[in-house]
Amino acid sequence: MSDTLTKIVVDCSTGAVEEVALTAEEIAQREVDLQAQAARKHEEEVAAAEAAVAKAALLAKLGITEDEAKLLLA
Amino acid sequence: MANTFKAIATVTVGSGGASSIDFTSIPSTYTDLVIKLSGRTTNANLQDYLAMQFNGSGGTAYSHSDLTGNGSSAQSTIQTGLDRYYFTYVLNGATSTSNTFSNVDVYIPNYASSNYKSISSDGVPENNTTGITYTTLSAGLWSSTAAITSINFVASGSFVQYSTATLYGIKNS
Repeated sequence: MSDTLTKIVVDCSTGAVEEVALTAEEIAQREVDLQAQAARKHEEEVAAAEAAVAKAALLAKLGITEDEAKLLLA
Repeated sequence: MANTFKAIATVTVGSGGASSIDFTSIPSTYTDLVIKLSGRTTNANLQDYLAMQFNGSGGTAYSHSDLTGNGSSAQSTIQTGLDRYYFTYVLNGATSTSNTFSNVDVYIPNYASSNYKSISSDGVPENNTTGITYTTLSAGLWSSTAAITSINFVASGSFVQYSTATLYGIKNS
């Protein structure tokens, strides 16, 4: 792999394929995008973990297992 | 395959890798677009996400809902106000089985119309071990009346050699 960040650009009107280095602005934007997506992913994981904890607490309160809950809902 | 599919352009990433793949000057002569992408990135995980942006236009115009499963659990998420259309867990990351690549299909009807653009997609990374992998179905919207003339794909890692993407135009679909 090259150390230089590049993009492959295909001109669909001509079929020409060009590989060009990212500009400083594009590299900076890429970093911003990566951090934003990582933050969104973290929020999703936190929400999923909280849901799992709530589910386990409810099962414990009901005194049944997850399989038994599935049987009730089947 | 239906004869209404026409391959407009294909990209195969070379030995140097690529941090993004761009289809530009997309003709407006088709009714729909299809992208078939086979990808693997340098991201140091089993999977990586893929993000798609039209016409170099970010802002908050993208939204999508995902249904993701890993064989033992399923998760549904909705994301709105995004700068890109994000495909969750659809690319192979660097720690997945060597030399395996993911499959991603994207369908964009009425891409040249003056209405908002709907998007549907599915994707799955490959992993021939006991590690968890995912399959994801997504549907989304680009809230723009502009015709799609270019498509950019990025991931958190760089696309590795032999990753491919083909853009098809659909007529009479």
